[in-house]
Amino acid sequence: MPDNHNLANAANAVHCAEQEHPSYLRHHFNTAAQQADASSFAMWLFLLTEVMFFGGLFTAYLVYRNWYYLAFVSGSHQLNVVWGTTNTLVLILSSFTMAMGVWCAETRRRRGLVLCLTLTFILGLGFLGIKTVEYKEKIEKHHVPGFHYSMQSFLDPEHDEAAKAAGDKPLTLDMARKTELYFSLYFLMTGMHALHMIIGIGILGFMIFRARAGAYTSGHVTFVENFGLYWHFVDIVWIYLFALLYLISRH
Amino acid sequence: MSTNTIVSLPDQTTARIPKDNYISRENGLLSWLLTSDHKRIAILYLISLSFFFFIGGALAGLIRLELLTPQTDLMATDTYNKVFTMHGVIMVFFFLVPSVPATLGNFLIPMMIGAKDLALPKVNLLSWYLYMAGGLLALYTMAVGGVDTGWTFTTPLSTHYVNTNVLTTGLAVFVAGFSSILTGLNFIVTIHKMRAPGMTWFRLPLFIWAHYAASILMVLATPVVAIAIVLVALERTIGIGVFDPTKGGDPLLFQHLFWFYSHPAVYIMILPGMGVISEVISTFSRKRVFGYTAVAFSSVAIAVFGFFVWAHHMFIMGISNYAVLIFSLLTMLVAVPSAIKIFNWTFTLYKGSITFETPMLYAFGFMGLFTIGGMTGVFLGSSGTDIHLTETYFIVAHFHFVMVGGMLMAFLSGIHFWWPKITGRMYPEKLSQLAAMVTFIGFNFTFFPQFILGTLGMPRRYASYPPEFQILNVFSTAGATILGVGYLLPVLYLVWSLRYGAIAGNNPWQATGLEWQTQSPPLTENFAVMPVMDHEAYDYEWLEGQQQTQKETEATSAG
Repeated sequence: MPDNHNLANAANAVHCAEQEHPSYLRHHFNTAAQQADASSFAMWLFLLTEVMFFGGLFTAYLVYRNWYYLAFVSGSHQLNVVWGTTNTLVLILSSFTMAMGVWCAETRRRRGLVLCLTLTFILGLGFLGIKTVEYKEKIEKHHVPGFHYSMQSFLDPEHDEAAKAAGDKPLTLDMARKTELYFSLYFLMTGMHALHMIIGIGILGFMIFRARAGAYTSGHVTFVENFGLYWHFVDIVWIYLFALLYLISRH
Repeated sequence: MSTNTIVSLPDQTTARIPKDNYISRENGLLSWLLTSDHKRIAILYLISLSFFFFIGGALAGLIRLELLTPQTDLMATDTYNKVFTMHGVIMVFFFLVPSVPATLGNFLIPMMIGAKDLALPKVNLLSWYLYMAGGLLALYTMAVGGVDTGWTFTTPLSTHYVNTNVLTTGLAVFVAGFSSILTGLNFIVTIHKMRAPGMTWFRLPLFIWAHYAASILMVLATPVVAIAIVLVALERTIGIGVFDPTKGGDPLLFQHLFWFYSHPAVYIMILPGMGVISEVISTFSRKRVFGYTAVAFSSVAIAVFGFFVWAHHMFIMGISNYAVLIFSLLTMLVAVPSAIKIFNWTFTLYKGSITFETPMLYAFGFMGLFTIGGMTGVFLGSSGTDIHLTETYFIVAHFHFVMVGGMLMAFLSGIHFWWPKITGRMYPEKLSQLAAMVTFIGFNFTFFPQFILGTLGMPRRYASYPPEFQILNVFSTAGATILGVGYLLPVLYLVWSLRYGAIAGNNPWQATGLEWQTQSPPLTENFAVMPVMDHEAYDYEWLEGQQQTQKETEATSAG
């Protein structure tokens, strides 16, 4: 009996939905709520695949850090914590502006939305700018694996500013070689993260364009919400990277 | 062969294919290439998959031809390496992984749950384009010289020692992987959010449960192989050292990442096939699948256990003895849900009204061959016997029993079973029964000798072998020829049936699924009236009642 009741309810809901038919409702969905539900669920699943994608790199990091602990500590000391912290703040701030953007879309504030998306866009570019400065430092010190990699900072820490400041002891030649692995993982993980940022910034540019035309402030906010989820995910990845690459060996 | 049959076709003198259906609605090449209809995308996949299957098959033919004699006479050894590598890459990534899900799954999932389409139709089309991009790239690789690492891309061979097209092949697999991820994601969202009123989780056909489990694997495992391939590419181009022992990296890490995908991938391949078998066995024994809940959860259990057994591919690769012990134990565990399925299908047959139409013959083939394939998997999962048997023809025979004997049989079973629904026409029954028998006989001739060769110690992946192994290899090659005929036959008569087959009507098999309660071929929106599921899955009494009512209404309207 309760089953039949549910059926009647469900059939009723279907009937009601056919009466209200917003223009953005795709033909194969019954209600706008079903459509919104489906696309946000799909987005969460996509983020799950992203977790697995980064998972491979985190596994590699975990294994090699345990094997070559000293190399990974000295490698970590070469990173610039000031820039790293600044970048973390920039990214968290951009997550805030993004969240405000979603709120603006939901409450149909077109100008607010455009402002928030533009701020997020600028902050994203700022992050990449700072990252470029950091990469430049690494290139100058020949810390890029595969391209004339230099172990000087680890064999002779007395003559290296960052290593001296952290109080590094000279590594044996064998262990110093393993720092190349640290920087491989550093560039891979931050590079993969930066790639996600670049894709995100590209989509943001497109969204600003569309938001000005009022595309997201007429009740159909799924795209903005889903992009928000993506942006926060990329932000969270960075927070883990910051902790694992920059902070873990500072005391 | 029994003369009993459940086939009930409409009166052929008056029956017509419905004028409005998903095939006739729009015309022209672009209406197919830009479609977002899940049924048309399924057809696109079916055509392209068959194309890749026959390329992979031709390569298999070359391998068997070379192995006819102990010497290397047909091709040079490095050509042989390329041939078996391309055979593996094409068959695994461009046939087996997408085979049932992308064709039958795409076509049937929305219909079985009573939806108009998959949740993300455009993403579905994108998956097909990604699949084609990957596939064509793989063919391009083959044309410009191929790759010879084996389909496993094992490091450091793939990163340091071979000078063939590892990068482009890797890219092809990477791109096809995203096709697979998007398909799986689409299925999960559809099954969660698009079910018709009354379609509860435990009223879903077992085909859906199997696809749900396989989709979880696609979504969670595929990204890991994607990152592994990226790392191989960077190792080859820049030399980042992650897999390079001279720089402190570990080649075993690659194998962990690779098999973390590629072991679950065998369940991505087999689970949808198991879904097909559940539908077919139930329909042709006129009984609800025995232990519905157990079969449904065994699919999920296979998906979950499937994630924790990957290192059994690495028993001789230098992992610790404790890891071997644990992974060996876990490997035994995954045999349990597979056995649950086989037992439940057998109990479904028990006291059923069994008929022997082609899909059922293929399903029987599946049950027998998959069981042999699965049981020999237990030999390989036991670390002691594995050390003797791994890297021999025993392993080749094992996975071909599971993949070809199991999955391909299931694929053909499903294609025959739903062919009337997809095209609106029947295939020729006698000829297809013959094809099923030929396939079964050819298959056993091809791969059973390889079990013996393996236990005798013939290593895999060599173009030459000691002369005492020749007789069994001749058997195997002869069997492969028969098998080839068995695969060509369906292509011929299925194409023939598109024009000359009997009109099938809505429900030629008297099956219970929602997809059978609508016209064949279906409308673009699948159902004329939104279906409501008011009965359990595989409820044959409901179907009889339904048909009774229909007859009565027809009688009253005629009178």
